[in-house]
Amino acid sequence: MTPTPGDAATRATDEILADTLHGTARGVVVDSPPGAGKSTLVVRAARELAAAGRRLMIVAQTNAQVDDLVDRLATADPGLPVGRLHSSDPHPYDRVLDRHAAVRKSAKIGDLAELPIVVSTAAKWAWVKDVDPWQHAIVDEAYQMRSDQLLAVGRLFERALFVGDPGQLDPFAIVGSEQWAGLTYDPSTSAVTTLLAHNPGLPQRRLPVSWRLPHSAARLVSDAFYPYTAFRSGTGPGDRRLALTAASDGGAADRVLDIAAETGWGLLELPPQHTPRTDPEAVTAVAGVVRRLLERGAVAHSERSADGGEPVGPDRIAVGTAHRDQAAAIRAALAALGVRGVTVDTANRLQGREFDVTVVLHPLSGRPDATAFHLETGRLCVLTSRHRHACVVVSRAGIPELLDEYPSAEPVRLGVEVKFPDGWEAHQAVLAHLAELRVRM
Amino acid sequence: MSLLTTLARAEAVRAGRAQPVATVRHRHLSGRPLVLVPLTAAGEAAAPLGAMVGTDRDAPVLLTVRQPRDRDLRFGFLARLADVVLPYLESYADDVDTELRKGEELEVCADAPQILVPSVPGVDYVRLLGRSMRFRRTAEEDPDTPFPAPPRVPLLGRWLTHYAERARTPGSSLLLAMTELLGRHWATGQSQLEDQHLGALLAWIRGGDPEEVERGRDASGQLLTPPAGPATDPAFDNRLLAKATARFDAGIPGSGDEIDALLASQLRPTWDAVWEGVTLLRELAPGTRVPDRWTGDRWSYTGHRDRLRAGEPPQPRRDDATTAARKLASRERAQAELAAGEALDDPLVMASRRLAGEAFAGTVTGVEMAMSEGRSPRPRPLVVLETDDEPYLDPGVKAHRVLATGKTQTAEVVETGADADGPGPRTVVLRLTSGMGRGKTPEEGSLPEPGDALCFTLFEHTARSGAKLPDPDDTPWTHGGPPSAAPADGPRPAEAPDPVTAEDFL
Repeated sequence: MTPTPGDAATRATDEILADTLHGTARGVVVDSPPGAGKSTLVVRAARELAAAGRRLMIVAQTNAQVDDLVDRLATADPGLPVGRLHSSDPHPYDRVLDRHAAVRKSAKIGDLAELPIVVSTAAKWAWVKDVDPWQHAIVDEAYQMRSDQLLAVGRLFERALFVGDPGQLDPFAIVGSEQWAGLTYDPSTSAVTTLLAHNPGLPQRRLPVSWRLPHSAARLVSDAFYPYTAFRSGTGPGDRRLALTAASDGGAADRVLDIAAETGWGLLELPPQHTPRTDPEAVTAVAGVVRRLLERGAVAHSERSADGGEPVGPDRIAVGTAHRDQAAAIRAALAALGVRGVTVDTANRLQGREFDVTVVLHPLSGRPDATAFHLETGRLCVLTSRHRHACVVVSRAGIPELLDEYPSAEPVRLGVEVKFPDGWEAHQAVLAHLAELRVRM
Repeated sequence: MSLLTTLARAEAVRAGRAQPVATVRHRHLSGRPLVLVPLTAAGEAAAPLGAMVGTDRDAPVLLTVRQPRDRDLRFGFLARLADVVLPYLESYADDVDTELRKGEELEVCADAPQILVPSVPGVDYVRLLGRSMRFRRTAEEDPDTPFPAPPRVPLLGRWLTHYAERARTPGSSLLLAMTELLGRHWATGQSQLEDQHLGALLAWIRGGDPEEVERGRDASGQLLTPPAGPATDPAFDNRLLAKATARFDAGIPGSGDEIDALLASQLRPTWDAVWEGVTLLRELAPGTRVPDRWTGDRWSYTGHRDRLRAGEPPQPRRDDATTAARKLASRERAQAELAAGEALDDPLVMASRRLAGEAFAGTVTGVEMAMSEGRSPRPRPLVVLETDDEPYLDPGVKAHRVLATGKTQTAEVVETGADADGPGPRTVVLRLTSGMGRGKTPEEGSLPEPGDALCFTLFEHTARSGAKLPDPDDTPWTHGGPPSAAPADGPRPAEAPDPVTAEDFL
């Protein structure tokens, strides 16, 4: 009999903690698919390491991630002293942290080094010197960390737990780094790639259950983006339900919303055309879908909502794009419709976030070509794995044809591990699924 | 490619002429550059056919390899190349300034030699030549070496390697490709790949038929404008060079001179084209920040001079982890500062940043004095700006501008007008947070007045320097530990320069 999702997840977590606390390896790598409880794991591992008396440092990639983590830690264990090492800029940390009495904030490591846990960004940790190495570190979002950042902080800890999602966006460099391609320590590659190249024997664990993605999405996201490391959803079919209170007006936006409410996915397809990045019609269509979603009073029923379900307000909706100018155009369009409070951002900035419903402007919509940027697997994965209930993709028609005209043409470099699946294949897999849930404008 | 560059390319197609995309010159151009036009033999890596080299447009030095597969002839060529290039490179080594850096008086060369090649593959070829020479041993260094290199060849290899490596730093000007230089300042109506044909690129800029330049052939099937190299045209190889080489191999008198003449016919048009490019670029005034970037190049040149004088070994084949990370970090900083510097130097470049929502220009409509809170209040005036641009602004976003003194002033966006998303001008309220001196009243010239035209950027003007990386000997376990301590069965460590390299496999 297959174990329940809860049991499978508990067992995986127990194994990870056993490796971390009692294992002999210097490092443990944990791969976590979208919404698989990575933050929960980090908080739990941090508390257990602290309880075991190990001095612990936590490395996250952005200040927002650090603040979020410190807030979670302090909420889970209000008595645990936590240090927040921050920069000397004005407003260096989120004011939320001031609520926690046990959280000490400082720009100097000397004030914090004695605390059981100190949390900061990789960039800030790199400046820390003249302190004894920490016994243990937790590196969060390790797949988004660049190898050179790990090089700068690696001297600070003896052992480490690396946690991250291999399917999200890879780190990048703003200048060419081809000259180091194939070297184990290529500074532009991800920290985990370098770590595993130099320490091939490290235990690698996986969180097997996505608690965020609904049953309707887990299979597709798992197949398209994690073909060799499948995961499943924590909820079954029918555990999550999206109900639209008001009836459909018969328009394309309403029809695609009905399909998405029923199946978890929807594709709103505009006539084929080559357009500028901020395609006005696509922008209007995205804004229209968001407006109708709010107007029709969507209610989300899930395992954690009360009997009557929870209304899907603007704060539970996100719009995802590939480019910043597209996000700005959609923000402007929403403002013009009087819609406020909806998160509109690029894939890079939506990483790690969770919403009930997402509306995605397809990265290839209206493009005459498919560049490596737009084909990147992680970009599409982030955009299509932020939702708890449903995801509506808005796009110009003709993307399968575009993909056929632009097969991946990136050079293959000696010594560089080829990542599977490639973006081309992932795009095809997602589109094949969406094709059956299509509404044409 | 920015929207303005796309527009310029479209306009170039319509006009049949290249359109300027810069109003100033964004790279340093030496008063006495060394032009190097290399040619390579088809089918063999790093087998030079010949080169035209020199600092005098009217007196190029022609160097040829009459049989490129003959290693002795190749060494002879490299030795003659060293005789021309090394005196030029070394002529800048002893004219020095002193500069204060971190409280220390350091010596830096007052100027540095600059090498110009026709195209980007030319830069790669310089790198390849450097790679093929720097590990060679001379008879003096190692009397037992079976094929000793001529005396100064390894040294030239180290210089060329340094120049090619420096060329990877954005904005650096020690080694430049003419096609890149021209492409930075003019947009043509052809693709960027086609711009690598120097002759066609020049035809777009000065007028002429680029297609005729690229494809035109004479009655015997030879290109009227030979490619900028280092690869040669196959028709030239097959119909002319192959026959001449066969005659040379057969020992027919005069065949060597014939090859020289043939190679000169391929090199001379490119040589002239590079100098024509120099003339075109000299007509543009250099950007204000160009000398600062050139200072970086002078330091780079001085650093290599010092390493040579200290008797350090040649650059290793591969960077170690720390060196690679350090180079990447410094190039990323250089890229950020170059992008900012070009925009600040050039209104046309700034216009494309404004179009992209990364900067905005406008007129001051109001200034309201305010002070910060705290024990020692500082001026934090509010400035109201009216702009036609559409920057991506949210309250709290930082904006930067350059003061008349050259210093940078930073401000924080307080609010954008309610009509921020509609058409027409919008108002932006900013709070100035720096650049006003230490006193309680802002320094002269640091506070704008109503009616002033200001331009704020959302990108910083200088790049922050990163934290220090560990020494190679302190490489952490995550990166395999120190290179020398890597286990025998582990990943291969970065190789130290091999002191007794006999052969150098490419």
